[in-house]
Formats: sequence, structure tokens, C-alpha cells
Amino acid sequence: MVTLTVNGAAVALPGPDTAMLLDALRNTLGLTGSRYGCGAGNCGACMVLIDGYAQPACTAPLWSVANKAVVTIEGLGTPDRPHRLQTAFLDHQAGQCGYCLAGILISAAGLLARVPHPTEAAIRDALDRNLCRCGAHNRIVRAVLQASQ
Amino acid sequence: MTLPPALHTTPRLGHWLRVDPGGWVEAFTGKVELGQGILTALAQIVATTLGVGVDQVRMVAANTDHSPDEGVTSGSLSVQHSGAALRQVCAEVRALYLTRAAAAFATTEALQVDRGVIRGTAGQTSYWALADDTLLDRDAVGVPAAVAVPGVGTPRIDLPDKVFGRPRFIHDLVLPGMLHGRMVRRPNPMARLLSVDTHAVEARPDVVAVLLAGSLLGVIAVNEAAAEAAAAVLAALCQWDEPESLPDAHDLSTWLQSQPADISVIASERQHDQPPAAAHTIRHRFTRPYLAHASIGPSCALAQYGDRLTIWSHSQAIFNLRRDLALAFALPEAAVSVQHVEGAGCYGHNPADDVAFDAAWLARGAGGRPVRVQWSRADELGCAPFGPAMAVEIAADLDAAGSIIDWRHTIWGNGHGTRPGRGSSPALLGAWAACPAGAEPFERQTAINPPLAAGGGAERNAVPSYDFPSWQVTNHRVLAMPLRASALRSLGAFMNVYAAELMMDELAGVAGCDPLAFRLRHCTDPRARAVLERAAAHGGWGTPMLDGSGRGIGYARYKNTGAYCAVVAEIEAGAEIHVRRLAIACDVGVVVDPDGVANQIEGGAIQAVSWVLKEEVQFDRAGVTSTDWDRYPILRFSDVPAVNVDIVPSHAPSVGAGEASVGPTAAAIGNAVAAALGVRVRDLPLRAERVVAAFR
Repeated sequence: MVTLTVNGAAVALPGPDTAMLLDALRNTLGLTGSRYGCGAGNCGACMVLIDGYAQPACTAPLWSVANKAVVTIEGLGTPDRPHRLQTAFLDHQAGQCGYCLAGILISAAGLLARVPHPTEAAIRDALDRNLCRCGAHNRIVRAVLQASQ
Repeated sequence: MTLPPALHTTPRLGHWLRVDPGGWVEAFTGKVELGQGILTALAQIVATTLGVGVDQVRMVAANTDHSPDEGVTSGSLSVQHSGAALRQVCAEVRALYLTRAAAAFATTEALQVDRGVIRGTAGQTSYWALADDTLLDRDAVGVPAAVAVPGVGTPRIDLPDKVFGRPRFIHDLVLPGMLHGRMVRRPNPMARLLSVDTHAVEARPDVVAVLLAGSLLGVIAVNEAAAEAAAAVLAALCQWDEPESLPDAHDLSTWLQSQPADISVIASERQHDQPPAAAHTIRHRFTRPYLAHASIGPSCALAQYGDRLTIWSHSQAIFNLRRDLALAFALPEAAVSVQHVEGAGCYGHNPADDVAFDAAWLARGAGGRPVRVQWSRADELGCAPFGPAMAVEIAADLDAAGSIIDWRHTIWGNGHGTRPGRGSSPALLGAWAACPAGAEPFERQTAINPPLAAGGGAERNAVPSYDFPSWQVTNHRVLAMPLRASALRSLGAFMNVYAAELMMDELAGVAGCDPLAFRLRHCTDPRARAVLERAAAHGGWGTPMLDGSGRGIGYARYKNTGAYCAVVAEIEAGAEIHVRRLAIACDVGVVVDPDGVANQIEGGAIQAVSWVLKEEVQFDRAGVTSTDWDRYPILRFSDVPAVNVDIVPSHAPSVGAGEASVGPTAAAIGNAVAAALGVRVRDLPLRAERVVAAFR
């Protein structure tokens, strides 16, 4: 049993503490916004904020997040109270298939929390851990720039 | 008047549209959302033609039980086909409702419709007040003619779910009582399972069943982690016969050009009986490796096997999938239903259909409970169909005045199609490892090419996009298929345009002519000339570049009948090649959604940058080795060039945008590398070792 907070609420996760955070989020808590992409921390589709830092959830064992604060895409904002990044992504229609977007929004949120007004190059560097196959990169960068202004 | 082709197969208006008294319309299409935004584009066509708001249109996800059969969502044809059908249907539905309203008002005046409200001087009603399903229980007749009008664009209807992380993808679907399955795949397509001891895995408390037939092996468990762990244990216990069946990955062109092949002259043109004498002849060979789809989300399907087989799938062709599943499981087609659910980005024939077979096969052993199956990243990169390796030789003759007088384009490679729904055996990976009915595995199919009239496969865009007086296209369809080959975005056009456009630059050099001027000299079509001139203007054609940098141009009309596209690329050559800027001009006919077109054109171009610079499926004699993102790298954010897309206004019929920029972008980069380094790199990808090799 591992206790932590997810999107501000205290949760206790059963099962072995070597289980991966992504599996617990998707299958135990029903938070399917964090996507499975590679299971190896190489594509960024499953990024979540762990104590404010964007990290892949697919390679984070539950013991590593004990007593920490995890924020998923569902906790970033809602249609009624969107995060400024979510508003900007909709304004710029920043996406195609959208499978990578949750992880990218989380990476961008982690960046803006520390660097409120990043340069375009800094945004690209911060998003280099996230893969996008459809080629929506430039729209995404423009949306993050808008959200940082 | 002629009806759009889809209305010949599904003529009934009510099969395409339903007016709901609650204040919305339901629109049915056989085309599926692949991440390209097609449902939004079709919703706009419905809204504009009917006179309702886009928010009043509900696009119903395709299902084999109630949707029109529109074949495969591929080839950049959805706006052309489904869009034309829905536009015609909506024009007729609008006329029927307005006739009914006019009768109610006892008027002959022309009525107006806005957001579904019908107005005349005599009064006001609405589609919703008049809603009557029996009114649409008739066939389309073709009058009045539906005219396409340019759209202004509307936000994507699927994007909010994706930005807020709400369940939307097939991966997120949870069914009551659902179990989880995983497959253990063969190490290579010819491997045979000799033995596996399944007892220890079967004894696990969270394992429901281990299923084994021929070389097909899978496991069902109560949760996803347990299924994954059990599959990993099983994989380690398997004894395989692994023949070294794959060719030498480092000398693919020799292998391709020495294989038995089905040889055919695809098309030719001879304007002179006696060709004029050539002053110069140039001949070169170009190659591309196998390419992976490399979608960010691995393929996934759900299945329930009871009285009937129900499948949830992100297939591009749900009716074809239904046919092959029926064939594989010896069921009547009527006993199989396939429901489309969105997957991650789809760029061609990916494993969506294969995983649907896997889910069905496992579900048959699950006692009626639904089973969800998801492929691993390694299987997604290693066992999916690949865009096939190709070799292309072009020989071109110039006359003394510097004009091209003959052009010979010859191709070697597998066909580009092993899609389900077309063969005598199911085109599903699992069915080639075992027959669910217990007999020998189904025959593994060999890839074929669609006919040139449908755009062709390997030969797509091998027919010159210019006015040459004499030319010939010959294809060698290689019959051996050690790695499964099938459709990947633009099929052969990527390689053929790369080869042809590098030749054009070299010939321009021989003729002492600027590459843009040389292209214009061989091109009378005003739409082609417009995209070339506009890309050149946006791309700073003719202005100086820094040392070590280069600018190149590429052009093609996709499939010779679709969108026109020209690209000017700027590259920087250091230890590696970096693409800094792309200026793209395209003409796609009447534009339904300008932002959607720009997104598709830019996306295709960026994917082409990735293919050209980085991508190559790697394998040894026994199996594919590029099974993770380290060994199959794709373009990352800091590598992505600035892109400008200029859409040329047009009143021509709409054509698709998703594939048009792929070949021209690749070619523009190849020509820019030549401008920067003085060497033409004819073997893709343009990794450092290939660039160095080209200097030798």
C-alpha cells in the first residue's frame, strides 16, 4: 500500500509497490488521460507532474512516489476552469491525433512553473522528451509561447 | 447528373443523415477519424450545405451495422468521396424539407434556412419541428446539384477531449467484466514455435488462460499488468526455429534488383516515332530503406466472442476487417460487428487490424467476457507492416537546347498493399501463424499494388509531373517478401518524387539553367506553375545563403491527379544535416477547412523530414532490431524546421491534403543538401555516413 496525492486528493494504492504509476493511474484510478506509449520513458506520452517536475509515469514505481504530489492531465484544468496552456492549445488547434498531447501539456506546465517566460528554444528543449508523430510541433510551440505571455 | 460514387453503393438518404426533433442532425459516414480531422471537415460540409451550425451536427462513428460502406479511409480521398456524398445528400435533404415547409406555408417563395430554422414571409418553422425519418426513406436522385463552397474553418470537434485528457481513444475504453490479453510474437515472420511449457504461467492466480495454436501464443489475465508479466515469462520460455530469412540490410538494392519479380510497363508516352538525338544522357539509382509507421500509441483492440463476434477497433477499413475476421474464424459476416473507436495517429496500414484478430482469438477463449489487447512498443516497431524498401533508376536524355526529350523511370520493390478484405486468405498477422479453425495457418499474402488509375502503389508519382515528349515507367514487383510490406503515407510517391526531383536539378545543371526555371520550362499547367512560383517567392529563391547552408526545391502533383505541391527547403550541413525552413505552396482545390489543410500539409512535410534525415528499419538476418525509440529515432521538437504553408485559392474540385507534401519536401531537402555540399545523396536516409559515402 502506497499513499500519495493525485490531483490534490489523498489516495492509497493497493498492490505491490513495484507496480508502475501509469498502470495505477489508468487501471486503478481510472485516470486514462495519461497515455501509454512505450513503457520505457522514451516518448513522453505518459508524463505527469511529480512534486512539480514532469516525469514519465510508465517507469515510476509506486514506491518512488510515496507521499509525493502527482498531477495528471485531468488535474491540470477542466473545460470550466482550463489551465492557460489548455486554452492556448485549443486557440492554436495545436494537435492532430492528440495522443501525445497530455504528456506534452504536462511537460509544458512543468516548464512554465519554473520558467514563466521561456524562449522558443527553451520550449523546444523542454519538449524534446516528448515525441509527436503527426507533425504538430510548431503549433504546439506557438501555443506554449502564447500561454507564457 | 452523375452521383458521387459512394451514393451508388449506398443511395438511401436516411443511411447518411437523420434529423432529430431535439435540434440536431446525425450524419453517418464510412470514413473514420485517424487524427487527420476528417470528422470535423465532414461536419462542416453537412452544416454548410444544410444550413445548420457545426455544433448541431453529430458525426456518428463508423460501425459495420449502420454506416455506409466506404471502403478504406486512405489515399487522401475522404473529402473527395465522403464529402461529395454528404454534400449531395444534404442538398437533397434540404430541398425535401424546404418543399415540405413551403407546402405548410402554402407559398412558392424561396425560403431561407439558418441554424435549422426555416423562414419565409408566410411564417417560420424548422428542421426539428418537421423532423420525419420517412421523408429520407428514399434514394438520392442527383438533383439539385450540390455546389462546393470554400469553408472558413471550424475548431476540431475531437480536440477538447484530447486537451483535457478525457477518455476518447480506444485505449481508454473499459467494458464491464473486461479481461486483458497480450500476445507473444514470433521473432521473425518465418519463425516456427517448437515448444513452450505453459504450466507455470497457467498456474498463476491472476492468469485466466494461456492460448496456443501453431506458432500463435497469447495469454489472458485479470488485469493489464498481470497479462504483461505473464507474456514476458512465456516469451522467455519459447523455443523457436528461427531461419535466417532476411536479406542483408546493408545491401538492400542488390537484393531487390536480383529477386524474381513481376515486371510490367506501367505507362508510357511517345510523341515522336523517331526520338531526336540526345546530347546528354544521365542515369542514376536511388534507394530508400524500410520505414515504420511509428505511431506514438501502440495498436489496441477489444473483442467479445459470444453468440456473435463484436470488435472495437481503430482500423482504417472496418468492413474489410469484418470480412477477414469472418474468413479467419469461419463465421458468416453477419455474425461479426466492428465498431470504430479512435486510435493514435494512423499513416497507413498499421497493426490495427492485426490486434483486432488477436483480441478476437483471445476472446474466444474467455468464456464470453470482453478482452482488451494492446501491442507492445517493440511489436509495434518490429511486427507491423512496413513501408517497403525501394530502388529506383532514372535515365533521362537532354537535347542540345537543354530540354528533356526522354525519361525512363524503373522501380524495384515489394507491392505497397497487404490490406485486409481483398485476398483469398485473411490479411491478419495472427492468421498467418495459426488457423483459428485448427487447420494449417492461412497462406501469407504477397503485397500487391493498386492500379495506376487509383493512384498506383510502388509506381505512385513515377509518371512525370512535367510535360516530357517521351517517357516510360517500368515496375519490378519483387515477389519475395521477407518483411511484411504495406501502405505507408504516400506509398511509392516519397521515393519516386525524391528520385525524379534530384534528377531534375542535376539535368538543370547540365543544361546550365536555374532549377526553378528548368522546371517551369517543362511545365505548362498553370496550377503547377503557380505553386512552384509561390513556393520560390516565399522561400527566398535566388537570394544568397551562408556557407554550409543550401536551398533546394521539390515539386509534384500527388498521384498526378490530386493536390499540387511545391516546397523550398533550407538546410544546414554540419556533422549532421539540419532542416531549418520549409516554404510550401499547395493547391488542393476548393478548401473545406483552411486550418485543417495547413495542419495536414505541414504534418506530412515534418514526417517527411523525419524519414529523410533519420529513419531506417534495422534488422539482422534473423529479425528486426530497431524495436525501441533509441534504435528507431524520429524527429524531435528541437529538430523541427519552421514551416510556412501557402494555400493557393482554387475553384477546382476538392482533393486531399494529407500526403501531397511528403515527396516534394523530401526532394527539396535532397536538392538543398546538394546545393550546400555539392554532392547528391541518392541513398536515404541522409545520415552522416551516407552523406560521407556520397563524396566517394
